[in-house]
Amino acid sequence: MEGSTDWVWTTSLSLIAVAYALVVLKLRGLGRWPASRMVLFYAGLVTSGVALVGPLAQWAHRDFTGHMVGHILLGMVAPVLLVLSAPVTLVLRALTTRDAKRVVRVLRSTPLRIVTHPVTAATLNFGGLWLLYRTDLYALMHQYTWLLLLIHIHIFAAGYLFTATMIGVDPMPHRPTRLVRAAVLVAGLASHAILAKSLYASPPEGVTLLDGERAAQVMYYGGLPAELLVVIVFCHQWYGSTAPRHARHEASPVSGSAVSTRGA
Amino acid sequence: MKQEGRTDDRSRKINLLAGILVGLGFVAFLDEAVFHQLLHWHHFYDRSTTSAGLVSDGLFHAFSFFATVAGMYLIADLRRRKSFWLRRWLAGFLIGVGSFQLYDGLVHHKLFDLHQIRYGVDIAPYDIVWNAAATIVLVAGAMLLSQTRGATSGHT
Repeated sequence: MEGSTDWVWTTSLSLIAVAYALVVLKLRGLGRWPASRMVLFYAGLVTSGVALVGPLAQWAHRDFTGHMVGHILLGMVAPVLLVLSAPVTLVLRALTTRDAKRVVRVLRSTPLRIVTHPVTAATLNFGGLWLLYRTDLYALMHQYTWLLLLIHIHIFAAGYLFTATMIGVDPMPHRPTRLVRAAVLVAGLASHAILAKSLYASPPEGVTLLDGERAAQVMYYGGLPAELLVVIVFCHQWYGSTAPRHARHEASPVSGSAVSTRGA
Repeated sequence: MKQEGRTDDRSRKINLLAGILVGLGFVAFLDEAVFHQLLHWHHFYDRSTTSAGLVSDGLFHAFSFFATVAGMYLIADLRRRKSFWLRRWLAGFLIGVGSFQLYDGLVHHKLFDLHQIRYGVDIAPYDIVWNAAATIVLVAGAMLLSQTRGATSGHT
């Protein structure tokens, strides 16, 4: 079955890589896109690729521990890299003013406001994981290729959305105060830790106890570097935004987005 | 002048808060590094763990590393405003360490049966030393706090 999904991932990731290069080339011609964001973007894309295609993906099909390593790369590490590469800002800059305004209008629409609320994003992200591991979904995923594709897209998309609501540098429709976001962040990371320990006690259908115990510890400890990175960037942005006037010049390099959709 | 008084009041609170946050993070880290990883006394999961225990453990795990990072940034913020006050911060730190260890020792180990301090030994002396140490640190923090109550942040 690995073979049947490989071409889907390889083709779509390659297309994204080429499209990104073309857009950046166009902007670089105008001298307007930082190389650091380009590096972050491709690092994120490669990380997703490693999780989806090749030896790690094959290991993930056979083994719950392997699946968990893939989950950390695809749902946690890759999203952090890609969120910080500010892809929406890139798209907005590459578009004509009229089209960019259209995109901004979509970003401000009610459905997007709801989906990009931290509580919604956290529910999609962590709720999705609870659904996957605490119901028969994980066993079913190995029977249907379309379900496997869908679940992996969800793991990435929900991870990206949640990360973006916390540390996003792209324009976003209204975001709650940092204190509210911090509370959602802690609650989300806590639910991840709780789920990991519950998997230690009772692994999903079809997973051996030993495999479950190993996978639970990979989830709990292996996710820590990515979680810590999100927390550090989050606090760094907070620190940058509360700088007293005389210290503004040393404010955060990652906190400001070049394009703001906010009226105020 | 009124403005200055208000800033001072804010910095007293923030110094204390930064201490409590780093203290919580520090003791949670020590617990994980020393008792789970080095000594292998604590267990990742104990078959008798209740679900309330798991929730409390998960919340503390997530909050502790958020608190460490946030506490460090608060110190950086105080320093750039030139209002870091070591004694006040230390009072918070001791209170953070003592209260978390006491919470861990009483609620996690005893009430929720999350895991014991050590297995295969008479647990009573371990529990007494653990909780007595926590209480001493907590009291030391409270004493330092009352010492800094009247003073102003000029003393560092």
